[in-house]
Amino acid sequence: MHDPGEVKIPIGPQHPALKEPESFLISLHGEKITASSVRLGYNHRGIEKACEERTYIQDLYLIERICGICSHSHSTCFVQAVEEIAGLEIPTRARYIRTLISELERIHSHLLWLGVAGHEIGFDTLLMYTWRDREAVMDILALLSGNRVNYGINTIGGVRRDIKPEQKEKVLKAIDILEERTKYYIGLAQEESTILERLSKVGTVSRQDAERLGAVGPTARASGIERDVRKDDPYAAYAELDFKVITSDKCDVYGRTIVRLGELMESYSMVRQLIQKLPDGPITIKAPRKIPAGQAVSRYEAPRGEDFHYVRSNGTEKPDRVKVRAPTLANIQAVSKMLEDGYLADIPIVIAAIDPCFSCTDRLISLRDAEKQSKNVVTWESIRLKGIEWYKKQGIDFTILNKKLAESF
Amino acid sequence: MSKPGKMTGQLIKSLFKKPATINYPAQRSGMAEGFRGKLKFNPKLCIGCKLCMRDCPSNAIVIRKVGEKEFEAEIDIAKCISCAQCVDSCPKKALEITPEFELANLDRMKLKVVFSADTGDDTQEKT
Amino acid sequence: MLKAIFSILVFPGFLFLFIFSFVAEYVDRKLCARFQNRIGPPWFQPLADFIKLASKEEIIPLEADVTVFKLVPVFALTASIAAILYIPIGGERAAFSFNGDIIVVLYLLTIPTIAYFLGGWYSRSVYSMIGAVRSLTQLFAYEVPLFLCVLASALLADTWSLSEMANFYNHHPGYWFFNILGFAIALISLLGKLEKVPFDIPEAETEIVAGVFTEYGGRLLALLRTSLNIETVVGASLFTAVFLPFGFNLHHPAAIFLLYLVKVFSIIAVVTLLRSLFARLRLDQMINFCWKYLAPLALVQVVANLILKGILPR
Repeated sequence: MHDPGEVKIPIGPQHPALKEPESFLISLHGEKITASSVRLGYNHRGIEKACEERTYIQDLYLIERICGICSHSHSTCFVQAVEEIAGLEIPTRARYIRTLISELERIHSHLLWLGVAGHEIGFDTLLMYTWRDREAVMDILALLSGNRVNYGINTIGGVRRDIKPEQKEKVLKAIDILEERTKYYIGLAQEESTILERLSKVGTVSRQDAERLGAVGPTARASGIERDVRKDDPYAAYAELDFKVITSDKCDVYGRTIVRLGELMESYSMVRQLIQKLPDGPITIKAPRKIPAGQAVSRYEAPRGEDFHYVRSNGTEKPDRVKVRAPTLANIQAVSKMLEDGYLADIPIVIAAIDPCFSCTDRLISLRDAEKQSKNVVTWESIRLKGIEWYKKQGIDFTILNKKLAESF
Repeated sequence: MSKPGKMTGQLIKSLFKKPATINYPAQRSGMAEGFRGKLKFNPKLCIGCKLCMRDCPSNAIVIRKVGEKEFEAEIDIAKCISCAQCVDSCPKKALEITPEFELANLDRMKLKVVFSADTGDDTQEKT
Repeated sequence: MLKAIFSILVFPGFLFLFIFSFVAEYVDRKLCARFQNRIGPPWFQPLADFIKLASKEEIIPLEADVTVFKLVPVFALTASIAAILYIPIGGERAAFSFNGDIIVVLYLLTIPTIAYFLGGWYSRSVYSMIGAVRSLTQLFAYEVPLFLCVLASALLADTWSLSEMANFYNHHPGYWFFNILGFAIALISLLGKLEKVPFDIPEAETEIVAGVFTEYGGRLLALLRTSLNIETVVGASLFTAVFLPFGFNLHHPAAIFLLYLVKVFSIIAVVTLLRSLFARLRLDQMINFCWKYLAPLALVQVVANLILKGILPR
């Protein structure tokens, strides 16, 4: 029965609230949300297929460019899986350098999130101030790795660049400045009344719902679930560091803000420990070009949550299958629950609170046959043949183009 | 404890501080040393093994033989992602990365840079 | 007759307001940028924006009502310009005045809001309609404290004419100090009228694209933005006339005009500071705030002025 007061409003795929394309169809009654539905897939670029056509060394750079903000997360996760298949034990100094870059990336990502959250609630001043402070981290990352995003510091068997002693001084100085600024933002988040009004009691998801819907990262930790891959399943140098897992029991957007601010403070302490404890030694070991046959699963705590890579190799230079499950895919199920009984004005901040990165998210999951209502698994070969047949029916024949392409390679 | 307008102190102080932004392109702040920008090729050290071509993620570099033990390199700046993997892969250290990053151009053909085999200077046109 | 046409078209009417609105927008944007530790736009930026918008094509949606769509910016602009004719610019005499013109000025300043509502509603796009409904809902929240505070100041002067009020306060130096509470409340309500953060709910960029102005483009958008800037200047001028009417006994017209400029720019500076400090409130939170805190305090100001009118000497 169609309610005459109900309006269907599309948020996306193009919308100033979203930094990346995504489609939310919201049904409104006045300003209250009655129903919402999510549709993904606008950023699908065929990365998993492209990985199979390139060698492992070329894949490093491709996987890094899945996302700009969590690029080191994807790169490290992939390279850990490949090293596990090849049975390589990387030197300790390389593990420490990877962890250092990873914590610096977490700092930059959380500061970026603070600015974006400020922008979504109309607080442009907070955006300008946090992004100004973020420049300190970007300059340090450019100094250490040679680029502000997409650092390219990993290679199979270790890292590519070393850290010089004078660079260590600069890192510590930048961390001191950032720690002071973060303490100011923590004070601001606890006292500024407009922030408290906009972020509290918004986007609530209880602990049971968060566990049932599979939330990961700060979204889950803000609902009281103490789950962090760095503590549960330590990788790189995390087993030798001393840090706390920050949780909050507020279960709303304000809780997520507090969790991220707390993680920033923990990251500063971790960076200091890493710089102090950095051991001497080589930074890489020689890795073979042909990785022996095998498969491995690798988990990593990206700034947004648990990142999951699966790699299967078949003894050649190119991988057989690469599967990426980004943290936003796990968190997006919870968004529909968060939007229930909310207001229209809360939509941007609720979506921004899970820190969405839709470029990471769009991968092929499963195909559902709409008529037969059944799920079936299709292989690459059958999709390709189906595609050729469909085009032949339209009168387009690709054999001439194929011959030309084959000649130019 | 909720205090509205907590940022007032910071805002007033910022009025008297130097702004954090600069008037680009009239003023430029350089990048850190070791920043990965444009590639440079030294033809005297190149032996034509083409390992750089094999490892390049975007097929941006092409090594061509123009004489006996003389090679020229053509780098497509539009494709190059400045990852410097070719610098690491080259066994003779013939490639080097420079911090020059302002590489935009109005003409796409001018983005294919050829490093000639004798001098190593780059000409901006495709020969 | 000639003087009337000069007042309407040149000073303090159309031409003066037009140029002044660009200067006011520049001051607002530059000050906001400095508060946020950035450089900010150059002095000619508002003029450049106007020229760029005026040279672009207007695209009118198929389902929109074309006549209303095109007339709305004209109405908004005309109402704001008409309001300045009754406000004394420094000095004691406005271009036109009669007993009751303060009500007319307040009414003329409400017309742009209604015009934006009509423009948004008749654009027939989902975002514009939601923005239009929000702008009317917001009107019910801030209008009452604003009117009460302005009328409280007029109550103390025992007249409904702005020029007579300026005359009264000039002869009784220091009386304007009793209206300080009303001044503070009216400044907050002015943020609501001008749709600036924390009350820019009708034009929330991250929620409903551009609210009422979503479907506007080209010359119509240029006129709408100019009318918003002129509303800022007229609102600030109204506040100088009502709450800051001290004259320091200056007689030279240039000195009086300079004092007026200083007062208007200080009000614009305070509005800019307030808009950089806060996040945007939600509609229900804003209505709560206005009716729980602003309206009772405005009533307190009115009652205080009534008592003072009885006590103080004429």
